[in-house]
Amino acid sequence: MIEQTAAELSAALSRGEVSSVELTQAYLDRIGKYNEALNAFITVCEESALAQARQADDRRARGDASPLLGVPLAHKDIFCTEGVLTTCGSKILNNFISPYDATVVERFNGSGAVMLGKTNMDEFAMGSSNETSFFGPVRNPWDRERVPGGSSGGSAAAVAADLCAMATGTDTGGSIRQPAAFCGITGFKPSYGRVSRWGMIAFASSLDQAGPLCKSAEDAALMSNVMAGLDPKDSTSIDLPVPDYTASLGDSLEGLKIGLPRQHFAEGLSAGVEQGIRDALAEFEKLGATIKEIDLPNNHLSVSAYYVVAPAEASANLSRFDGVRYGYRCEDPVDLEDMYKRTRSEGFGEEVKRRILVGTYALSAGYYDAYYRKAQKIRRLIKQDFVEAFSEVDVVIGPTSPHTAFTLGAKSDPVTMYLEDIYTIAVNLAGLPGISIPAGLVGGLPIGMHIVGSDFAEAKVLNVAHQFQQQTDWHRRKPALNGEEA
Amino acid sequence: MALDKSEVEKIAQLARLHISAEEAEEVAGRITDILALIDQMQAVDTSQVEALAHPLDVVQRLRADEVTEQDRRDALQELAPASEDGLYLVPRVIE
Repeated sequence: MIEQTAAELSAALSRGEVSSVELTQAYLDRIGKYNEALNAFITVCEESALAQARQADDRRARGDASPLLGVPLAHKDIFCTEGVLTTCGSKILNNFISPYDATVVERFNGSGAVMLGKTNMDEFAMGSSNETSFFGPVRNPWDRERVPGGSSGGSAAAVAADLCAMATGTDTGGSIRQPAAFCGITGFKPSYGRVSRWGMIAFASSLDQAGPLCKSAEDAALMSNVMAGLDPKDSTSIDLPVPDYTASLGDSLEGLKIGLPRQHFAEGLSAGVEQGIRDALAEFEKLGATIKEIDLPNNHLSVSAYYVVAPAEASANLSRFDGVRYGYRCEDPVDLEDMYKRTRSEGFGEEVKRRILVGTYALSAGYYDAYYRKAQKIRRLIKQDFVEAFSEVDVVIGPTSPHTAFTLGAKSDPVTMYLEDIYTIAVNLAGLPGISIPAGLVGGLPIGMHIVGSDFAEAKVLNVAHQFQQQTDWHRRKPALNGEEA
Repeated sequence: MALDKSEVEKIAQLARLHISAEEAEEVAGRITDILALIDQMQAVDTSQVEALAHPLDVVQRLRADEVTEQDRRDALQELAPASEDGLYLVPRVIE
């Protein structure tokens, strides 16, 4: 039953058909069998998971009916977990046992979900393929020669291979949605401010947002119910009421207005993905939605603006890693300056250093206006594009990624890798909610459909995704893992 | 804008990163490529556009100035590579 959605497992747990301990053990066994081949987990917490599972079974026996009680999940290794190694995919944190829980982790613990372990990721979430991890690349369960996407690649691969029922991720430029697309699962980035960033190791603070990677839009709604909401510890978490995201999943799409951005169906999109998305769109028409083309005229500038804003914020955020208070410190420093420099140079990988340098340059004297200020102005134009689009349509739909998962090592040039996120980055710059759901297979590999809503329209995005999944079974397709046992 | 080796060394110093002379050339090339991507923004006239620093149009929330955190000095300091008597140890700064 490990292939089932969290909602289905929840129902089975409540009917007493299975215990959380049995379920947890089944996932642990499967992790033991497949993790060596996939490298999806950095840390597996066998003992504490079984202890949490026993507690969950006790709570259920006492009548607690919390939806995710006893359902096993994995956390991206960017979330601080008290007493558990928290690496962010980096050598500089490879000895960091967090002294506290991230708010997201605390909330899932409160919900009774069972933490199986911590998943692999691009170092400091900087990457679109999971190849920048200090702990080695994650393999795509659909084809081990291919990447799972990134940066939440470990979470996406773990969900796709049924190594967990659900997982958390973070999305700064597409890091939940693109790996979800490549691995054939559902990945949801809520609006900026919806989910607390406290205890989530910072990459780019005005863009980072946590969200679910899971097996259905319904599961994304259940997870969002746990994750979303004001947190006094994060001054950018928003003080808005959180609806029950499952309540509107069943709403009819009759009369829904869908916008297709011309710029997302243009040069660069592979023919197979385009056909898959256009076929998927026909399902929405059957459900009574209308589709019209729209323009996001500044979309082509989103990658440029992002590669100023994100590295600039990263260069400031990552200045805290200095070898003084926690994490890696170089051997035998001759003086303080030497300690800072060698700790950082030895502790950070190439891509992280590159982004720190780009960000430092963009913020340095004489360049601030030309780069950082300019990028913020472009950000305004990108946001305005969406504001105008949402005055005409309810959701914007397109492909999540221009193609299916690529092979390991295929994008060794940074700029080529950066352009991977051409359809997702603008959504982060504008702070909007976006989901990627499975919408077909091309050459045996999954493709993702990207559904974007207006500010804080999480419920609408989840509703649209759920209705699609009521009509199709792409989200039920599974990779064959034969011959990959450790 | 193309970056040369000496500029790479300058920003590496600002970022407290050590870039060896052998690495500097390759790093300069990679960053020059990234700057070429970034420079596509320069083609757009933004003189009339207001900068957007943050996706949320809200003011910073304030809280009462009260101590809410527990003192966890010992637990936090256990994580340090070197500490003594409640202090973090670093290489000698003043002779």
